[in-house]
Amino acid sequence: MSALPDESGHFGRFGGRMMPEALMAALDELTAAWQDAMADPGFTGELERMLREYAGTPSLLYDATKLSEVAGARILLKREDLNHTGAHKIRNVLGQALLTKRMGKTRVIAETGAGQHGVATATACAYLGLDCVVYMGEVDTERQALNVARMHLLGAEVVAVKSGSRTLKDAINEAIRDWVTNVDHTAYVFGTAAGPHPFPAMVRDFVRGIGDETREQSMELLGRLPDAVVACVGGGSNAIGMFETFIDEPSVRLYGFEAGGEGVDTLRHAATIWQHDTGVLHGARTYVLQDEDGQTVESHSISAGLDYPGVGPEHAWLAETGRAEYRPITDARAMDAMALLSRTEGIIPAIESAHAVAGAMDLAEELGPDAVIVVNLSGRGDKDMGTAIEWFGLGATRPDGTAGAGPDEAAGEGSGEVQL
Amino acid sequence: MSGSTRPVFEAARAEGRAALVGYLPAGFPDVPGSVDAMRTMVENGCDVIEVGLPYSDPVMDGPTIQRAAQTALEGGVRTADVLRTVEAVAATGAKVVVMTYWNPVERYGVERFAADLASAGGSGLITPDLVPDEASEWVAAADKHDLDKIFLVAPSSTDERLAMTTAACRGFVYATAVMGVTGARESTSSLAEPLVARVREVTDLPIGVGLGVSTGDQAADVGRYADGVIVGSAFVRRLLDAGDDRRTGLESLAALTRELADGVRRAR
Repeated sequence: MSALPDESGHFGRFGGRMMPEALMAALDELTAAWQDAMADPGFTGELERMLREYAGTPSLLYDATKLSEVAGARILLKREDLNHTGAHKIRNVLGQALLTKRMGKTRVIAETGAGQHGVATATACAYLGLDCVVYMGEVDTERQALNVARMHLLGAEVVAVKSGSRTLKDAINEAIRDWVTNVDHTAYVFGTAAGPHPFPAMVRDFVRGIGDETREQSMELLGRLPDAVVACVGGGSNAIGMFETFIDEPSVRLYGFEAGGEGVDTLRHAATIWQHDTGVLHGARTYVLQDEDGQTVESHSISAGLDYPGVGPEHAWLAETGRAEYRPITDARAMDAMALLSRTEGIIPAIESAHAVAGAMDLAEELGPDAVIVVNLSGRGDKDMGTAIEWFGLGATRPDGTAGAGPDEAAGEGSGEVQL
Repeated sequence: MSGSTRPVFEAARAEGRAALVGYLPAGFPDVPGSVDAMRTMVENGCDVIEVGLPYSDPVMDGPTIQRAAQTALEGGVRTADVLRTVEAVAATGAKVVVMTYWNPVERYGVERFAADLASAGGSGLITPDLVPDEASEWVAAADKHDLDKIFLVAPSSTDERLAMTTAACRGFVYATAVMGVTGARESTSSLAEPLVARVREVTDLPIGVGLGVSTGDQAADVGRYADGVIVGSAFVRRLLDAGDDRRTGLESLAALTRELADGVRRAR
């Protein structure tokens, strides 16, 4: 078990509570309620039951033999994409929503970028009978109208945030403003393992089943632990969920893959750890994309779920201590990996998760044919078909009526891994 | 040349009134415009000026101040401009503090910021998203450079946190009158007076009350029990409403300052 964070919520020099005093009592209350709940078999048992019966966990650990052949090492996929709502996020929101009920609060707020955490939160609130308000940048509500409709259908209210850059970070700002105002009856269900203490540790607790299951499934399948576990990193919840179990297992290497966007030399990326600038954002000291004056810089990634200018403080600490290694993967390489996994295994990954697949291809080469690499396939790609259509030029019919271009014909840039 | 804000509150108390503290973001509508505006506020009765450092992610601010800060950032305001603004306003003889979210200070360098703020004639710093629990570096730099450390207390603060926070303050204590973000409100909060009473139990420091005050009557009401009345959004609103007509904006700002200054004098 990791001894961090310390009592004040720090992972080394990262983390903490860089938040207004008005929220301190609520953060203390939440910390106490979470620690109390995690020690109560009544709570953990009920959460476990919900995860099993409703969310469909444990997720499969799938031996991706065809992808492995291409990669040159054995690759196992942790199939979080098969969970209810199509991603690992359901683990976090069920945990936080059940905790909200336990605390006697009736109203939930959440932020969302592309809408995945918003949909997951709306789902948990529908399931548990909680009022739900989701803050979403106005730009994102336009780009992700389908997810807005999903949230509406699930009974949630969606507020289009018009301030700042009108994207995820501004949605978080607005949710914090709501929380400051309504904190007595409102819980903030945060979408990633970032923010002020206790969120990074609490979210980690709720998603660490990913790694715990992987350990058990690896022992069953291989009789040993994998050589490496890999995950994509935006805020970092799916990655910390995979890593946590293995932090104290020195034989297991930990790799996080950040969104390199159009390239880390272009400024249009979301590779926060790669950029390595310490700062304070949304309640924690961590690495932050910022300008010379400490103003937050807009991130860029083709994958909305990784498009965030901060990162969870535990990842900052794991990077600084060298326990985990973080690398950027460009948009183009992620899209190649999306096509590759679709063609080899018949699994369409979320573009977020495709960053991890691309990273695993590199690792396979580095670690060699005897290596076993577990990729956290954190989400499914249905939500990304709009992006895929545009990127690959999919779906266009030819004048002669034959099928349109596939990725191997259309994907001009990238590593060429899709040419099968 | 700088020195603590505390004597200002004590002098006001000796006159049987509350002090008037006025906030504007530096660089709004532009750097010279904000200096003119702050000087106007001093000339018409503000005892202390809070110079806001515009920040990209102002989680404690409502729409009015967000808009002004955004305008300032789009206009290219830099941290160095904020310090120049402090210098220009402090030259009037008024006490000047900077109100800032924490990341720009950390990025500038905490020690360097404290040194430059002191040499610009600033009296200290109000830190809305930095609590004393996380402030050891700032406390050391502030003490070294003889600066006020103004932390916030809220209606939700426990007695334990009120004691801890006020013990870390120098200058005055900033009491947030409402649970919520900055912005003018119809009536003053019923949470403010009990909060001030609780703060007085644990400290002798002057107490300024902010969030929501926009009229002379509200200032009079708050001035009954607080040592300072802090006004922000209402000033910003006057400038926003005047648009490009700077002269009208300054006149409107002057009129509001006089109304509020009269309010804090009617209090007791």
